[in-house]
Amino acid sequence: MTQQGAPHVEIGLGSADPSRPAPTADSGERLLTVLRNNVRQYGMLVALVVIIAFFQFTTGGTMLRPQNVTNVFLQNGYIIAMALGMLLIIVSGHIDLSVGSVAAFTGAIAAVVMVDYKLDPILAVLAALLVGGLIGAWQGFWVAYMRIPSFIVTLSGMLLFRGLTLFMLNGQPVGPFPGSFRSIASGFIPEPIGSIQDPLGPDQLKLTTLILAGLLCAGLIFLDLQARREQLKYGFKVTPFGQFVARNVVLIVAIMYLAYRLSAFFGLPVVLALVLVLIAVYMFLTGRTVIGRRIYAVGGNAKAATLSGVKTKQMVFLAFINMGVLSAVGGLISTARFNSATPKAGDGFELDVIAATFVGGASAYGGIGTVAGAVIGALVLGVLNIGMGLMGIGIDYQFAIKALVLLGAVFVDVRGKNKDS
Amino acid sequence: MRGITKTFPGVIALDDVSLSVRRGEIHALVGENGAGKSTLMKVLSGVYPHGQYEGQILFEGKDAQFSDIRASEALGIVIIHQELALVPQLSITENIFLGNEQGRRGMVDWSAAHSRARDLLKMVGLDDLTDTPVRRLGVGKQQLVEIAKALSKKVTLLILDEPTAALNETDSQKLLSLLRGFKAQGISSVLISHKIKEVESIADTITVIRDGRVVESLDASAGVTEDRIIRGMVGRDLTHRFPDRDAKVGEVVFEVRNWNVAHPIYDDRMVIKDVSLNVRAGEVVGIAGLMGAGRTEFAMSVFGRSWGRYVSGKALKNGKEIDVSSIPNAIHNGIAYATEDRKTYGLVLINDVKTNITLANLEGISSRSVLSVPREIKVANEYRDRLKIKCSSVKQSAVNLSGGNQQKVVLSKWLFAHPDVLILDEPTRGIDVGAKFEIYTIINRLAAEGKAVIFISSELPEILGISDRIYVMAGGQIAAEMTAAEASQESIMKAIMRLGRAASEGIVA
Repeated sequence: MTQQGAPHVEIGLGSADPSRPAPTADSGERLLTVLRNNVRQYGMLVALVVIIAFFQFTTGGTMLRPQNVTNVFLQNGYIIAMALGMLLIIVSGHIDLSVGSVAAFTGAIAAVVMVDYKLDPILAVLAALLVGGLIGAWQGFWVAYMRIPSFIVTLSGMLLFRGLTLFMLNGQPVGPFPGSFRSIASGFIPEPIGSIQDPLGPDQLKLTTLILAGLLCAGLIFLDLQARREQLKYGFKVTPFGQFVARNVVLIVAIMYLAYRLSAFFGLPVVLALVLVLIAVYMFLTGRTVIGRRIYAVGGNAKAATLSGVKTKQMVFLAFINMGVLSAVGGLISTARFNSATPKAGDGFELDVIAATFVGGASAYGGIGTVAGAVIGALVLGVLNIGMGLMGIGIDYQFAIKALVLLGAVFVDVRGKNKDS
Repeated sequence: MRGITKTFPGVIALDDVSLSVRRGEIHALVGENGAGKSTLMKVLSGVYPHGQYEGQILFEGKDAQFSDIRASEALGIVIIHQELALVPQLSITENIFLGNEQGRRGMVDWSAAHSRARDLLKMVGLDDLTDTPVRRLGVGKQQLVEIAKALSKKVTLLILDEPTAALNETDSQKLLSLLRGFKAQGISSVLISHKIKEVESIADTITVIRDGRVVESLDASAGVTEDRIIRGMVGRDLTHRFPDRDAKVGEVVFEVRNWNVAHPIYDDRMVIKDVSLNVRAGEVVGIAGLMGAGRTEFAMSVFGRSWGRYVSGKALKNGKEIDVSSIPNAIHNGIAYATEDRKTYGLVLINDVKTNITLANLEGISSRSVLSVPREIKVANEYRDRLKIKCSSVKQSAVNLSGGNQQKVVLSKWLFAHPDVLILDEPTRGIDVGAKFEIYTIINRLAAEGKAVIFISSELPEILGISDRIYVMAGGQIAAEMTAAEASQESIMKAIMRLGRAASEGIVA
């Protein structure tokens, strides 16, 4: 073997040559490269697991107690919902600073029509969503058709809708709400089947939640298998079967463990069910639809997209309408959670939502970002919040730590991309 | 430079390259794209510092080890990159002395700076005011400002990377005569260029580089033919620079009548005046003209009014008027326009090859708005094979492809939109000889399939080589129409000049 510096590709050759490292080192190296490639791809997911493990250790096992696992979702549902909208905004090359104020305003509208006008909660929810859409259209109009930078338009929106919130509420909190409305944020899905004794612990496990999780797993495996079969049908290379199985096993273990912890408390929170549905819808929208593809093209190169027949302005307009509706969803969840609409509601949401999207790997220049990334980004921040709270870390440090996580995550991401090109 | 070897991860960009430039010589460096010309010059100018390459640089007999660009500039080696490094908003003076501000202790002495800038401008033959913002200047003048900037640094060796690529004939000539002037003053120049004619006329020595090695150094004073140089570049005889055309021309497919377009900002300035043309099935129609003749503006205006303000005119397909008032409508009616600036207007560079190929026809890989990724990969692979796109897979990012392959991706995108009329704007700009031939072959094959092709190019030999019929544009008007048999470089130039004289108000830029 003359090529000393060549990368070791085949293990078999290595053992034949005494000057080469032993095969074990070689396969170790291979394992490392596989890991390295996957870390790039699943970087934030790994970070999330590390953070959870860290808190589980430092809090002496409190982090993964059923109640705290449930709280992660109860406390962060609205951030995830709004991050889905923000993802599309950022991918299309824009930003929305107004989402906190819009959430407050739409929440206030729902509160006022329910409390002062005794409207049915369902109608109140629809009214809030409609207003959210109209607000999105208003801001989208200025950004897309009048070509005013989204930073300016939504900065104005941030002030405008905060002002309108104060006006709607006369500066006073409005509440409380009927139980059906509150259950959006703090309810759990009904458990008609009952529960069984946890063989591993003291808790009673809610069966419906476990069964739903099982169905979810079955569905995911089915979709993955179908995609694989389709790829084989067209004669493409597929991931090795071993890796395919490993990926699904990891996924199932994660989902079932999560369901196990939830079922030991009150079961599946309504807000988590809602968020899961939204995630599925937006994964489909971004990955598998014409409109999703076009939004990415607009953010990637608006000029090229226009000349390829994409209606760029319309895409941006739609992204803002979507953001408005999802801000209303976030506003409804948070209003229901606190059981009152307050003038200060939604304060700072925009920062959490934007941070979640960037931590999840979206590019500030547009065109790049995934739904899974945004969700993981939101969970990273959510787990940090709860974990630091459990550890008794002061709010001052909490802000600083979150700030550094945001900067660090984007730094790692940018550096990784520079190395690629 | 002796025995320069430079490797990038996975590729050897330069392999034992030696090059010597004499004082007061114009040394041309030619080779296909990716041959290693620019890399060699980056080594010479310290962009790749000493230690990142093997070999030795001797400057005026002494061993030179540059740690950065400043170190090479200190010795008088100045490089002017292909992409101009000027700040558009700043004035000529500010640009010339950027990073080298005139003055002391952080204070700029503006009168001294302007007066020196004026002297430098005079040397390069510009008479613009020194406080003019650079964005107000044309590309040709900007290039001259770059050279003035180089001169402000006491240059002994000037490196120009494709300085005339974006210039028209007049500006190119001006620049080349400037180089001759420098030669008389003892300044050496290294000129990287794709324009063989230009190289042939000005260079003292021509070094041909292929695949990171020096193929040969030719003494140009003895007289070197274009074919001789091209043979060195591609490593084979190019008996035919253009594929044979065997046109089977059918009925008129597409026709534009009395097309008028105004400037997007100045309503009263007509940029396209009463242009009419037609193209038949299976025909390649060339539009020749100088830069600024209005060819791109015309094409983009017809393609969904994507340039300027439409005033009047009709577009007809198969004798019936069609709606081209928006880009989606134009595409829907079977018109495709492949832009001259593929990086800015043609590709989403951060996306992969397949995503770019399907962008203009997402309906073609979806049913009821739901995409099928396997179908997309299948389509992309088909075009990859058909157009011989060199990429590791269709999931490779477009940004990492060479110019020729990027152009093929743009062509694939439009072919997949299944147009009847294909408008190609400078499809071979900035790509190497081999890839050009492939593009010509693709165009021929499209015509043979019955598509109507409109081919816009500033290179007359190319227009003459592949068109069946040629329209000449000048000043936003059709100056002449001629068949390929009638046309020659002389007749085209004459048509342009004739119109230039007739139009008393002069040519609209």
